[in-house]
Amino acid sequence: MLNFITKEESFLKNPYTELTIGMMRTGILGFGGGPSVIPLIRHEAVSRYHWLDDDEFGDTLAIANTLPGPIATKMAAYLGYKLKGWPGAIVSVASHVLPSCIAMVFLIAFINVLSNSAMISNMIAAVMPVVAVMLGQMAYEFGEKAVKGLGKVLGITFFAISFLLLQVISLHPGIVIMMFLLYGAFHYKLKDRLKNKKTDSKEESA
Amino acid sequence: MGIILPIGVAVFLAFFIANILGYGGGPASIPLMYDQIVTRYGWLDNTEFSQMLALGNSLPGPIATKIAAYVGYDVYGWPGFLAALAGTIIPSAVALIYLLKILRKYKQSPIVKGMSLLVQPVIAIMMLLLTWNMAADAVGAIGYFHSIFIAGLAFLALGKFKIHPAFVIILAFAYGGFIIPLT
Repeated sequence: MLNFITKEESFLKNPYTELTIGMMRTGILGFGGGPSVIPLIRHEAVSRYHWLDDDEFGDTLAIANTLPGPIATKMAAYLGYKLKGWPGAIVSVASHVLPSCIAMVFLIAFINVLSNSAMISNMIAAVMPVVAVMLGQMAYEFGEKAVKGLGKVLGITFFAISFLLLQVISLHPGIVIMMFLLYGAFHYKLKDRLKNKKTDSKEESA
Repeated sequence: MGIILPIGVAVFLAFFIANILGYGGGPASIPLMYDQIVTRYGWLDNTEFSQMLALGNSLPGPIATKIAAYVGYDVYGWPGFLAALAGTIIPSAVALIYLLKILRKYKQSPIVKGMSLLVQPVIAIMMLLLTWNMAADAVGAIGYFHSIFIAGLAFLALGKFKIHPAFVIILAFAYGGFIIPLT
């Protein structure tokens, strides 16, 4: 009996089992296309299973946005790879996409019922405010982290620049991220140089 | 075109091209997939494509993989299903894995540290804009009252009581299916 319990527990704690359950849940509950699934993946990967920390999740999301192709499958592949190498990547992506892909093949016969049903469209629409809250929480947490890392003045300046580029000029997010990555590569160097200058001028005035 | 490709290869290539040129996630590649599926290969006609898209939008999960799975299966059975999914997923997934592998290797260098720091304000604003768009879509579909009511409950459930998003989404489903029609 005891043996059975530990066996079951070790099955549930097995990384492959976690990947399958976690990524399947995000695939089945992610309504509303790409972005709506990001907070769900973050919940499974960061909060529930601790596959990576929030900073690493942020980096991964940012880099994923600079590459072409679907975001969710790229994220799923990376998470699986991080845990268990290439087999992990395959298990993770398959768990994420197969349920809805197989449903797609078999449900085409019911297309008229499904896409004209007011009940189904109401159900999907009712999930949207929930997704909005999750996206909003993510925005807040990343904003908080940015202010902590960059300080208030620089943080708010970079928020304003991002808003300008994304919303006012409507640049593609991938391109905006690339611009920030490029600047980021020199950020500490510039900061050091500025600091040295300040101490130099202080020494001169002293 | 003079060259006739084996059908499995054609399916793989069609989805590979549509997704590698689709910059900005699944939804951005829909017009490119249309171009391959309808215009170039004639696997579906216009009506079939829009019907399939409607079905895809009423199911969960990434849209690009749903389209690939359906068209691949329609053209060439289960091997087509796999070829289309492989063309959609593998190239960009492998690129991401290798790119991150390089970056993680130099995690401690000030260059990579600066990059991860500077990406945070953009992600925050990107998420904020997505929040705004999603909220606007919700209000457009079910009105202010239901949207604010659901959002308020979701905020409490997720933020304060730390309930798993899966339960919150299922409750929202039930609300949409049974309570919204009554109002």
